[in-house]
Amino acid sequence: MARISGIDLPKHKRGVVGLTYIYGIGPSTAARILTESGVDFDTKVEEWNDDQLNKIRSIINELRVEGALRSEVQLNIKRLVDINCYRGMRHRNGLPVRGQRTKTNTRTRKGKRKTVANKKKATKM
Amino acid sequence: MARSLKKGPYIAHYLEQKVTKMNESKKKTVIKTWSRASMIAPEFVGHTFAVHNGNKFIPVYVTENMVGHKLGEFAPTRTFRGHSGNRNA
Repeated sequence: MARISGIDLPKHKRGVVGLTYIYGIGPSTAARILTESGVDFDTKVEEWNDDQLNKIRSIINELRVEGALRSEVQLNIKRLVDINCYRGMRHRNGLPVRGQRTKTNTRTRKGKRKTVANKKKATKM
Repeated sequence: MARSLKKGPYIAHYLEQKVTKMNESKKKTVIKTWSRASMIAPEFVGHTFAVHNGNKFIPVYVTENMVGHKLGEFAPTRTFRGHSGNRNA
């Protein structure tokens, strides 16, 4: 069983794919790690021997992944919110931050649709 | 697209001049400005700017964290009062 930087153990997957289960490691970082440690991309995670695993671990140790990365992202957002700038306001209001349209879509940020009953009947004030 | 590094940050020169003058004479007055696109330089820290939002001048006190942002980011141009059916507003 492979356990790297905390709670991650994808098993019957190819090495490159398995590594991407760690927060902060995508396809390209995974490929870099495996090339540097000299492990074949297609070796399954469970087939890694201890030597290979240790090499991979030591490379990942130098990266910012999982908790450390998550808290860094949160701190960056908190900074924006605290200085009261436009991007911070958008984060606070749960709206898209980078100028996307909000007339439609943007459901990821806004969450489930909140239907307003009798919207058509509502008179203009 | 990001601005070319060769040019350096955009700061309206009258703003730069005013701030350097104020730093020399150790005075602090509010600087009225329409230049929302100007980057906040490290020298601006501690000063207050009145940034135009198209209607009024919004007072912005510059702190260290704000360096590298633009003045306009701190003076919102829109007022959202909530939707018609929303009772929280």
